[in-house]
Amino acid sequence: MSVARFWRETPRRYNLGGSKCTTCGTVYFPPRSVCPECTSHRQSIEKMVPFQLSGDGEVISYTIVHDAAEGFEMQVPYVVALVQTVEGPILTGQVVNVEPDGVRIGLKVRATFRKLREEGKAGVIHYGYKFAPAEESGGRRPAGRTGTVPATEAPARDRAPA
Amino acid sequence: MREVAVLGVGQTRFGELWDRSFREIGIEAGLQALVDAKLSSAQLGGLFLGNMASGSLLDQEQIAPLILDYAGLARRHLPAVRVEGGGASGALALHAGYLAVASGLYDYVVVGGAEKLTDVPDATANQITSATADHEWEVVFGATLPALWALIARRHMHLYGTTREQLASVAVQAHAMGSKNPNAHYRNKLTLEQVVGAGPVAEPLGVFDCAPLSDGAAAVVLGPLETARRHTDTPIRLAASQVACDTMAVQHRHDLTALASTREAAVRAFAQARRAPADVQVAEVHDAYTISALLSLEDLGFVEKGRSGPAFAAGEFGGSGRLTVNPSGGLKAQGRPFGAVGVAQVVELVRQLRGEAKDRQVSGATLGLAQDVGGTGATSVVTLLERAN
Repeated sequence: MSVARFWRETPRRYNLGGSKCTTCGTVYFPPRSVCPECTSHRQSIEKMVPFQLSGDGEVISYTIVHDAAEGFEMQVPYVVALVQTVEGPILTGQVVNVEPDGVRIGLKVRATFRKLREEGKAGVIHYGYKFAPAEESGGRRPAGRTGTVPATEAPARDRAPA
Repeated sequence: MREVAVLGVGQTRFGELWDRSFREIGIEAGLQALVDAKLSSAQLGGLFLGNMASGSLLDQEQIAPLILDYAGLARRHLPAVRVEGGGASGALALHAGYLAVASGLYDYVVVGGAEKLTDVPDATANQITSATADHEWEVVFGATLPALWALIARRHMHLYGTTREQLASVAVQAHAMGSKNPNAHYRNKLTLEQVVGAGPVAEPLGVFDCAPLSDGAAAVVLGPLETARRHTDTPIRLAASQVACDTMAVQHRHDLTALASTREAAVRAFAQARRAPADVQVAEVHDAYTISALLSLEDLGFVEKGRSGPAFAAGEFGGSGRLTVNPSGGLKAQGRPFGAVGVAQVVELVRQLRGEAKDRQVSGATLGLAQDVGGTGATSVVTLLERAN
C-alpha cells in the first residue's frame, strides 16, 4: 500500500476519528459523508460532523487466525474481533495483551495504539488501533476526549512513535 | 421486457488446471455452450464475462475482448463486456446478459464466467480474494475472507447454539455430492471427524470448512423464450434474475448473522417469478464456507433463522427432503473459480431441470434457485430457473 494511501487515514486509524449525523444522531466509524440511517438520506448531506470514539467497547465476536493476512504472518495465531464500542459503531481489530484462549464474547476491551504490520524490511510500517482487555488497562486510550469535535477543527493527527 | 431462456450450457473441469491457460478454459466453456444451443456465431449479439481479478492474478485486463478474439469472433466486432462483483461476478454477468436479451437490444448472448487462481501462490491468491472484503477497515486490521466468515460463524453459534459439527456437516454433504460430479475439483468423501479435526484457518473454521482455490470456466447461451424451441427441446426459462447489495464490511451490518443482500435478492426474485421458497426443489447456494451455506439457506427463506445448523446436520437438504442443496458439490467440492461460480451454478441447474444430471439427478425438479455472493455479502445475486412446458 502506498504511503499516501495509509497516511491519509491516520486521523481515523490513530485517533478513532469518526462522524456523527446531526439529523438523527447516529455515530459512524470510519466517518461517512452521508447518513445511511436517515429516512431521506439527502437530508444528512453536509450535516455530518466529526466525532471521536473513546475506544471503549466489548467483544461481540472473535476468531483466532492461523492463516494470516498479508503482513501479519509473524503474528499467528492472532485474534481478530468485532468490538461494539460504547458509542455504537462496531470495529474490526486485533485483540492483544491476552492469550487467544482467553478471549470471550462479552470481554470488555479498550483501543490501544500499536504497530499493525510492516511492508517488508524496507517498507512502510502501518500503525493503528488494536484492542486490549480493559480490566488490565493494558491499553492506553488512543487520543484525548470523546464526543463531537467542532466541524471547523480537524481531529488531531498523531505521529507514529519513532 | 420479454421472457428469456437458457438455450445451451458449457463448463470445464474445475481444479488445478496447470496445463491450461485462461483463454483456453474460457473458450472451451463458451464453445460448448454455443454447440449445445445449436447456435451459429452469426446469430450471436455479444458476450458478457464474469471475472473477479484477472488483473491481479494474470496481469491481464480487457479479458472480454481477449476471449472473444480467441473464440474467433473478433472479425465480427461483437460487443464483449467484463462484469465484476467479487465472488458474485459470474451471476452478475448473467444478470447483465439477461437484461440485454430481455430488453430486446440483443437476441442471443453468451454469458461466461472464468477465473484462474492457481497460476499464483496460494498466499497471493488468498490476498487477492480477500480484496473482496473492505481492504481499508477489515483487511488492514488483520482480517481475511475466512476470518470474517469465522466472525459471523462465532456469532451465529453464540446466538443460536449452532455447533461445530453442524457446520462440518455442510462440508461432508458437499463432498458426497461432489463425488458424483466428473467436473468437480474434489471427488473424495469426507467424514465429520476429518472436517472437525482439520487444521484451523480462522477458528472456528478449519481447512475443510473453506472452499478451495480453483481454476475453471462455465458458460451459458441466453436467448428469447419465444424462439427457444428452435434451439433445444428443453428450454429453461430464466424466471427471475435479481441483484441486491449491502454494506461492504461485516462490521456495518445491522444483523451480523444475516445476509441482507441475499434476503432482498430472494424476496425480489420470488416476487418476479410469482413463486415461493417451498416451490424450489433444487438449489445451488454459496457454500464458500460452511457458515455461508447455513446463512444462505436461512436468508433465502428455506429454513427459519437460526435453525439451519440442526436442519442441515439432520440431512434435510441432502436429497431426502423437498429441497436438495448443491448437487454439483457446491463451491466446497466442485470448486471455487470465483468469477466462474455463478455461471457454473446455473449450468448445474439447467442440467438438473433438463433431467441430464445423471448420477446426481434430483428427480422431478422443475424449479431451481442459484445464489451467488461477493465477499461477505456486499453483493448477492439470486436466479430462478424453471423448466418451460
